[in-house]
Amino acid sequence: MGIRLAGIALGLVLVALCLCASIVYGKQAIPAVEAYRSLFEFDGSREHLIVRTVRVPRALIAMSVGACLAMAGAVMQAVTRNPLAGPELFGVNQGAAFAIVVPLYAFGHVSASGSVAYAYLGAGVAGAVVYLLGIMGTGGLTPLKLVLAGSTINLLLGALTQGLLVLDEQSLDTMRFWLAGSLTGRSSAAYARVLPFMLAGIALTLAMSRHIHTLSLGEDTARGLGLRTGRVKGTSLIAVVLLAGSSVAIAGPIGFVGLAIPHVARYVVGTDYRWVLPYSAIMGALLLLLADIAARFVVPSQEISAGVVTAMLGAPFLIYLAQRRA
Amino acid sequence: METRFAQGKVSLLLVLSILTALSAIVLFFQIILGDFPIPAADALQALAGNGSERYDLVVNRFRFPRALVAFLAGAGLALSGTILQGITRNPLASPGVLGLNSGAALVAVSCMVLFPNFPVGALPFAAFAGACLAATLSYFLAWKRGLSPVRLVLVGVGIAASAGAFVSFLLTFSDLAQAKRAVIWMSGSVYGRSWEHFWPMLPWLAALVPIALLMARKLDVLQLGDSLAVGLGTRLERVRGGLLLAAVASAGAAVAMAGTIGFVGLMAPHLSRFLVGSRSLRLIPTAVLTGGLLVMLADLLGRTLAAPLEIPCGILIAVIGAPYMIYLLFKKRNH
Repeated sequence: MGIRLAGIALGLVLVALCLCASIVYGKQAIPAVEAYRSLFEFDGSREHLIVRTVRVPRALIAMSVGACLAMAGAVMQAVTRNPLAGPELFGVNQGAAFAIVVPLYAFGHVSASGSVAYAYLGAGVAGAVVYLLGIMGTGGLTPLKLVLAGSTINLLLGALTQGLLVLDEQSLDTMRFWLAGSLTGRSSAAYARVLPFMLAGIALTLAMSRHIHTLSLGEDTARGLGLRTGRVKGTSLIAVVLLAGSSVAIAGPIGFVGLAIPHVARYVVGTDYRWVLPYSAIMGALLLLLADIAARFVVPSQEISAGVVTAMLGAPFLIYLAQRRA
Repeated sequence: METRFAQGKVSLLLVLSILTALSAIVLFFQIILGDFPIPAADALQALAGNGSERYDLVVNRFRFPRALVAFLAGAGLALSGTILQGITRNPLASPGVLGLNSGAALVAVSCMVLFPNFPVGALPFAAFAGACLAATLSYFLAWKRGLSPVRLVLVGVGIAASAGAFVSFLLTFSDLAQAKRAVIWMSGSVYGRSWEHFWPMLPWLAALVPIALLMARKLDVLQLGDSLAVGLGTRLERVRGGLLLAAVASAGAAVAMAGTIGFVGLMAPHLSRFLVGSRSLRLIPTAVLTGGLLVMLADLLGRTLAAPLEIPCGILIAVIGAPYMIYLLFKKRNH
């Protein structure tokens, strides 16, 4: 107990450090003192503007998105009792992309708040469909069924999105940047809009962590312990849509954080989800902050997107999981 | 799904000839329909080599080879899917699930985006190399004291996902025209394909279909399970490796020429199993014809449904194929 709490405190300190690093480092390094002054003694200079309008929102978005994705992944893995569950396999990303492309194609323009709403809708529907397809039948949600249902829905949504992008050059121009999952150029206004949903998702998840843990012991055990499994599953789905939907709405598809981090968290604190959930949130925030900082330095001439960095880290991890388990 | 057909009451020859006839009919419609309709008689004359000059160009330079490329691409993907479903003993396996398509897409799009002067003629080779690379990776990463089909699928999904992330990243690098070209290529289209695409593809299929037929018995034995197959004297890893190679080569050739068309490799074997049953010797030729027919038909519809817009055939097939796959998942839910 004590040592786990200490771990959380340490994690929070590390997150704070990475947050500062994310503000200070970049194409133009800004001295920490200057960064501090821009927040509390704003003088309108170029450096202060960069910090306030670019660096700070970006760092905060990276932190929140990482935390939300990792938590969503942990909830999914607990509820489905499937180590491969995660936002991307559930079609959340492709669903959101498709839901944004359709109005973009139909009306030619989608406002920032509109795209957030569409992303929620798409993410929720796609996730629910994959889940329902996966749990059909007697075996429950086996890894293979989840992979096949997920990749079918992903393929279908991907093809439909591509079809609309082929037909409309303007949508393609807008969407290709969104699709890369980059954290640059996301406005703080859009962030302010999704933040309440993210916080609601986090609060809901933490409030339910005890029930989620019970559910992760297995359907029968949970029922034997008097848990209303249907209700917990439904609430979990809402939490996941809030967490993953907000993330994809603000940052585009960022893969593998939700898949990989819960495994790391379980490795560190064991299988008690009351601890796995907060640890996942902290580690996810750390990972995405670091990935975003790394993205600025890998190719000096051009920033690569954080989504690519996490994919580079995550694919080997998925393969490692497959080798170890199957 | 053993139907009346499958029990051999309808002869294989009959099914094959009906499929061939249907293919010929679709092929003919491919030639006469379009923005520039061609009277049937003139089309036939042009095919015979003595048509008028304006018809000759459209028929023999554009529409006829394009239809043939579509047919070969479908046939290659169907062959690959049939073999993969056999090896993995999983009716839902297909070239896409193994990361073949994504590997091909990654290499092809990289060439398009990073080297703006990359010759179009070399693109198929790049795509082929990408498909082979992804398949080799899947194979070796899934290897752990033997090859487990489940592991193969999981690893393939991982490779597909990371290749996909890189592709979307590359699209942000490129200018809009290149990005559009790349997206069209990835959605699977036979637009602008002609003889220079047909001839390099033909030998692959001409060689691989007979090879697959020769190995059909071994593929059937693999269905019985690893231990029984070994008991019956199969050199398991060798046979599996050989079959996998054939599957990769045929899908790779198809993807190289027509871009990433999903779902054919999944659907064609299933439709064929419904027609002729699950013995590989009967299944393979039927699936090859069905796959070719499907892609050709999708291309015909894509060209004519929303004319003058052209819907890439890969997208049409996905729209038909995904509900079909969902239906399969639903039907097999208790397995």
